[in-house]
Amino acid sequence: MGAVIIKTIAVYVARGITLLLAVSVLSFALASASPIDPETRYRLSHPGVSDENVERMREYWGIDEPPVKRYFAWLGGVLRGEWGTSTAYRQPVLDVVGVRFKTSLALMMTAWTFSGLLGFSVGCVMGVFRGRWQDRVIKRVCLIMCSIPTFWIGLVFLAVFAAALGWFPFGLAVPPGVPPEAVTLGQRIHHIILPAMTLGFLSFANLALHTREKLIDAYGSDWAIFARARGESDVAILFQHGIRNALIPAVTMQLGSFAELFGGSVFAESIFSYPGLGAAVSAAGTGATDIPLFLGIVIFTACFIFAGNLIANVLTLIIDPRTRRSTGI
Amino acid sequence: MKKLNRRTAAAIIAAAILAVILAIYIGGALLPAAAIDADFSQKGLPPSPGHIFGTDFLGRDMFVRTIKGLSLSLTVGAVASAISAVIALAVGLTAALGRGIVDHAVNWFIDVFMSVPHTVLIILISVALSRGAAGMLIGVAVTHWVSLARIIRGEVLQIRSAQYIAAARGFGKSRLWIARRHVLPHLLPQFFVGLILLFPHAIMHESGLTFLGFGLPPERPAIGIILAESMRYISSGAIWLAIFPGVSLVILVLLIDKLGSLVRYLLEPREAQM
Repeated sequence: MGAVIIKTIAVYVARGITLLLAVSVLSFALASASPIDPETRYRLSHPGVSDENVERMREYWGIDEPPVKRYFAWLGGVLRGEWGTSTAYRQPVLDVVGVRFKTSLALMMTAWTFSGLLGFSVGCVMGVFRGRWQDRVIKRVCLIMCSIPTFWIGLVFLAVFAAALGWFPFGLAVPPGVPPEAVTLGQRIHHIILPAMTLGFLSFANLALHTREKLIDAYGSDWAIFARARGESDVAILFQHGIRNALIPAVTMQLGSFAELFGGSVFAESIFSYPGLGAAVSAAGTGATDIPLFLGIVIFTACFIFAGNLIANVLTLIIDPRTRRSTGI
Repeated sequence: MKKLNRRTAAAIIAAAILAVILAIYIGGALLPAAAIDADFSQKGLPPSPGHIFGTDFLGRDMFVRTIKGLSLSLTVGAVASAISAVIALAVGLTAALGRGIVDHAVNWFIDVFMSVPHTVLIILISVALSRGAAGMLIGVAVTHWVSLARIIRGEVLQIRSAQYIAAARGFGKSRLWIARRHVLPHLLPQFFVGLILLFPHAIMHESGLTFLGFGLPPERPAIGIILAESMRYISSGAIWLAIFPGVSLVILVLLIDKLGSLVRYLLEPREAQM
């Protein structure tokens, strides 16, 4: 078992490295294609800068060098841990990404756990009631939820729970004007609930529908028919056999949804002014585009998504012995 | 009266949905721009019979703005999903017909696109093309082809291994004849349905990107712009500015989704479980 897992990880990581390189080339090319000249951008983000300094910056960034040479200079820097300096935050990119990712991670993992538990439970309920009216109603609701844009549900939550009812704050991760040491865990939780609900509310529908399909397959299998012949009820079959069979695809799907999770966090964080990595994406793209930060975030999210997929694959190998026989990924 | 059979009923519903979508599109295009001129005497009115969606902070009728926005979304969605579908067709066919190393290369290429969140990639493309309608359009188009390309690849591989293809080849039919008579008729419905189902995603990404400020410019009456503006007035209780345009967008998306599944049912009755 160990050898298979190590081999899988090795093949997967090798493939991941080629993907990361391609992503870095793609994003660097796109960032370089930006029609806003770097010099103009520098002057915009540093008002009143002298011509000598601009000249020094041109030289420092190697603006007059060919793009391929600039790419390798940047890639070398990334590999050495020098990701450049964010022009919007005036801090090293790695620091900005690190601090903001920690804030985002709290939000994303809350939403992720919430949507995972809710989606799986709702999927199980649909599976047990398959074909009956309860199933049809919930399925229809789930299908509608798949068609609701994240940013709009965020607006609705803002309007209902923050504006009309006043249960939750309008945004930010901590109350304004309170020093970081004085913020209590309760206040943090109070601030995280609305953005996390926005992020998790819609993605659970997908998982629920997926789990429903798996359970319906499971109920149609020979062993489920045999279990029913022994006199087990649908609910008993669910707990004895159904959950085990549906759990692995559900976990794999949740782990594979890191890309959508991050994409959603861009909207959720922008609406609730939550100071995480997602809000930094739209901040880096507006005004004088913060290219170093943007590239840093792209590379970082690509690693994050890759990690999710890797964990999903390895976990499947560990949990489900059947997948270990064939080593192909 | 004779009861309609399911197929006829599906065709009628599909035609009705298409009519509603066309009405929104034409309505938005025909409504004069003067209908959303600022009128400060009508500022910030809640929904009433005269203004069924209410008015905004400049006194513009929100119903007219919403229809115009949806019409714009439909245009953007149509162009973006058409480009996307053509890319999907090209990539899917290349993968399926090339096989071997070409197939691996295409799969790797798809994985590259899947390893960055689409929202981030569209923002990057939009920024690279100076944040206009064109940038957003291209961004949405080049991020949405993946699922359809996979479907087309699978479909072509399946058709290729079918017995009637082997039989046709045995009869000495040319590759072109086989492609035209056997592959295309199977592929077209899939392609067509896939194209319709790309539509809602394209519209949602368009409005989302516009909402964040990377899509259509603020002077266009886009849904994303309307919703971004509404955010500033939510705290003062003007929630109709966010609710009605958003619900309209969701309804439009659901209608197109429904149209897609009805068309699939009509074209591929065996595969579509209603």
